[in-house]
Amino acid sequence: MSQVINSLLVLLVLTGFTLLGSSRLAACIRAVGFQGLLLGLLAILMQDGKLSAAGVLLPLTTAVVKGILLPWLLFRAMREADTVREVEPLITYNVSIIAGTAALALTLWLGQRLQLPSEPPSSLLVPAALFTSLAGIIVIVSRRKALTQVLGYLALENGIYAFGTTVALRLPVLVELGILLDVFVGVFVMGIAIFHISREFDHIDTDKLVALSDVG
Amino acid sequence: MVAGSFLPLIVALALAPLMQGVIIRTKSVVAGRQGQPLTQPYWDLWKLLHKGAVYSQTTSWIFQLGPVVWLVSLLLALTLIPFGGFPALSSFSGDFIVVAYLMALGRFSTVLAALDTGSSFEGMGASREVTFSALAEPALLLSFAALARQTERISLSPVLTAISWSAWAHSAPTFSLTLAALLIVLLAENARIPVDDPTTHLELTMIHEVMVLDHSGPDFAMIQYGSALKMWLFAAIIIGVAPPWHRGGPWAETAVSLAGMMVFAIATGLVESSMARLRLLRVPQLLLVAIVLSALAVAL
Amino acid sequence: MIELLILIPAGAGILAFFVASDQSRRVLLISAALGQSALSIATWIVPPGPAFGGWLAEDPLGRLIETLTSVLFLAVAFYAVAYLREEARQLHSDFEEGFIFSNAREASFTGCLLLFLAAMTLVAVSQHFALLWVAIEATTLASAPLIYFHRHHRSLEATWKYLLICSVGIALALLGVFFLAVAATSPDGSTIALMVRDLRSNAQHFNAPWLKAAFVLLLVGYGTKMGLAPFHTWLPDAHSEAPSVASALLSGALLNCAFLGILRAHEICVAGGLAGFSDRLLLVFGLLSMAVAAVFISGQTDYKRMLAYSSVEHMGILAVGVGLGGAAVFGAMLHVINHSLTKAMLFLVAGNLLAVYRTKNTDGVAGALSVAPVSGGLWLLGLFAITGSPPFGPFLSEFTILKAALDQGETLVAVAYLAILAVILAAMATPALAMAQGTPPEQVAPAHPKSKALSVVPSILGIAILVMGIYIPPVLTRALREASHLLG
Repeated sequence: MSQVINSLLVLLVLTGFTLLGSSRLAACIRAVGFQGLLLGLLAILMQDGKLSAAGVLLPLTTAVVKGILLPWLLFRAMREADTVREVEPLITYNVSIIAGTAALALTLWLGQRLQLPSEPPSSLLVPAALFTSLAGIIVIVSRRKALTQVLGYLALENGIYAFGTTVALRLPVLVELGILLDVFVGVFVMGIAIFHISREFDHIDTDKLVALSDVG
Repeated sequence: MVAGSFLPLIVALALAPLMQGVIIRTKSVVAGRQGQPLTQPYWDLWKLLHKGAVYSQTTSWIFQLGPVVWLVSLLLALTLIPFGGFPALSSFSGDFIVVAYLMALGRFSTVLAALDTGSSFEGMGASREVTFSALAEPALLLSFAALARQTERISLSPVLTAISWSAWAHSAPTFSLTLAALLIVLLAENARIPVDDPTTHLELTMIHEVMVLDHSGPDFAMIQYGSALKMWLFAAIIIGVAPPWHRGGPWAETAVSLAGMMVFAIATGLVESSMARLRLLRVPQLLLVAIVLSALAVAL
Repeated sequence: MIELLILIPAGAGILAFFVASDQSRRVLLISAALGQSALSIATWIVPPGPAFGGWLAEDPLGRLIETLTSVLFLAVAFYAVAYLREEARQLHSDFEEGFIFSNAREASFTGCLLLFLAAMTLVAVSQHFALLWVAIEATTLASAPLIYFHRHHRSLEATWKYLLICSVGIALALLGVFFLAVAATSPDGSTIALMVRDLRSNAQHFNAPWLKAAFVLLLVGYGTKMGLAPFHTWLPDAHSEAPSVASALLSGALLNCAFLGILRAHEICVAGGLAGFSDRLLLVFGLLSMAVAAVFISGQTDYKRMLAYSSVEHMGILAVGVGLGGAAVFGAMLHVINHSLTKAMLFLVAGNLLAVYRTKNTDGVAGALSVAPVSGGLWLLGLFAITGSPPFGPFLSEFTILKAALDQGETLVAVAYLAILAVILAAMATPALAMAQGTPPEQVAPAHPKSKALSVVPSILGIAILVMGIYIPPVLTRALREASHLLG
């Protein structure tokens, strides 16, 4: 079982790198959606055999929302905005990947340092989760397109959720649903905002949103 | 040093050009042509050996030495590679580092030879070759490191024999990541699509082939043969890491590995037929991915 | 009873989306606000029991924030009805760039306004850390459409920054919540539910490094939402581009809710013996926010942005107050009320001035006292109140914090605090006086405000600020004392 969990975590890390290294928005959306599916699977596998109805349905809902519904929404936003690629990110894809490698090294080191009270099912869990979040943050700060920033936000959220699976199994169902709902509505609202941005400006490059500033 | 078997070396020397033939044949079949006979690479080598070499007046002895060093260094590297159930001719602690640097030496000699011609085309090819190898090398070494760490052995022959079904069952993610990284390194080091197109006729887009443009006759034969050996070397390592078959003694295992090599060659041909070459600017990214994959494999 | 506090605005909010008639929707808004604030005042007389197994309960801290939010919302609701009536025209021309834009549908504005109230109420009464997180994120989502009421590129930019920066910040707070759960797990694997009360009573046994990390993440996460520097960058944009009704609520009510999130984390740290750690952090971020605000208020030419930066400053004051501990916490709690009332009034008045002068530039406004005597007077009053001049409420609370700092021997903090306040007073008084006095420019919109509510509501708030500076009702003093008791 731990082999399966490990493999899923490796895949999670690789989707993070896909997000960092790809300029095609469609590939990034798929990567983030795949993360959602992985998270659902992970959350089910983490329960080591003691399956309950809520313990299966909740991860399944997560997988459906994060793996299917949100990517579908984002693909729609991509078509509305008529954008296919992230053009000229603030740091190049290669530098992003190198930054990601550094982030991975950092999280692996942290994973050894941080002593969880109870042993997690895989030593890779905390590093993979934190790495996914860091990858999301790198994407948020280094990309220009509003859509890519939303993807970064989702990756950040996914990483936090993955970390949560170690402890969050004890969170009540209602709260988990609330968190999921918040993320869903959040991305939904951001999708609407992207639609408005593309209509108002004919692009979704957030670095051109500079009308409001007190500096310069 | 542990005495090993001559068999891996003999198999490599005999069958490396055949592997090239299989790749070319697969591509022809996919393209709807009948294609050349599988033995054509051997005939090409034979033909080149019987031609005279032409040397430009601007070149020096470095140019003539290049192919020799290239072939010799690859032959030496091959003595360290096990195959099938048989250990390599020699094996010692840390021999994979020697393998990596023997290949670097071979590359260095061909690069020097290319620069010796003073041709801008060859200089361009040499610079690309060095750039991409520099990026492929960390991935190669990290992959070896990952294998060594996982099997707790530091010599190629024991490492590859230690990779069994149970080892895979125990740490499949590590081995899959290493395999993926090694595959990318193979593509880059052997001038395969999507990194380089060995059959193109536009020198501007070439990497490896443009570098050896001025060699002719026996020199070119050495380079061609060396390239085939290099491909065999990488493929042999990959087949060794891939899910193994320790059953029925070394001979059966060798037969299975040989079949594996041929399947690998066909797969390479299929990939080459179905993919386009990457833009040169994207190649470093592919190699970065290989580095990341192998680094992840080490970390696991 | 607690459920009703949330269900009334939530139900009315959903209903508002489907009510076609503007008139009945406005009645709905007012009646929901009236009902909810009546209910929250009633909780002071008959304290409600916990609901949903203790997940929703009113402790002194929550009740204070909840009631403040309700009352403020009621005031804003009356103003909003008048404001929406004025804004009902289909197309508007932009003050700054002259282009034509339309407004969002009034139905969705009203609906989001009410849902926003429901989310803020949930923040105030939730006793579970994860539920608190859900509620705070919900406030972001409900308020984002409010900022994009005027459909033009600047408000859209502000909305986008608000959504993205706050969501990212709050996501970090979720990680903080999970860290808190780890900190609360004992080595034998038994855990404590993330209820504020349970956590507080067991906090001595928590894993200190994890608790510290959790506090840092919660501080950064909710601090982003609260507008603590250096995470405040979205705030001036959002608060200045939103319609004044929304700005008043964002500054007056929402920032308190985010502050409450930090206070809850601080509570656990205090109970866990880490008060020294969280105090210092709050103090540092508080002073930094004040200093950053002072820099940007000086020379600010946009009066709504000036108010927004002033909010950053006051959030800094709150953090400093709580960080100092002791009597300063009482001052900070009092300041929560004073700042909310004053800032809400100022934003509403700013809305009136904007309607008269059609510019957000301080240079374009002059002679407000003669053109719009009520708004001009209140503007002057409000700006003096917010900069801490006696005899208004904020003076009292700011002074309490200063005195506590001096009593505790934190001279350095006191000096920095006083110096920053002096700079801000100077920086805000100059444009305030220039706007109120002088000869008005010629092309001012005549006969404004048209509706009485537009000047009555800010006037009532103004009177409240004055009263708070002279007399604090004993019941409020007791409540403030109880609330500050939780924070050491």
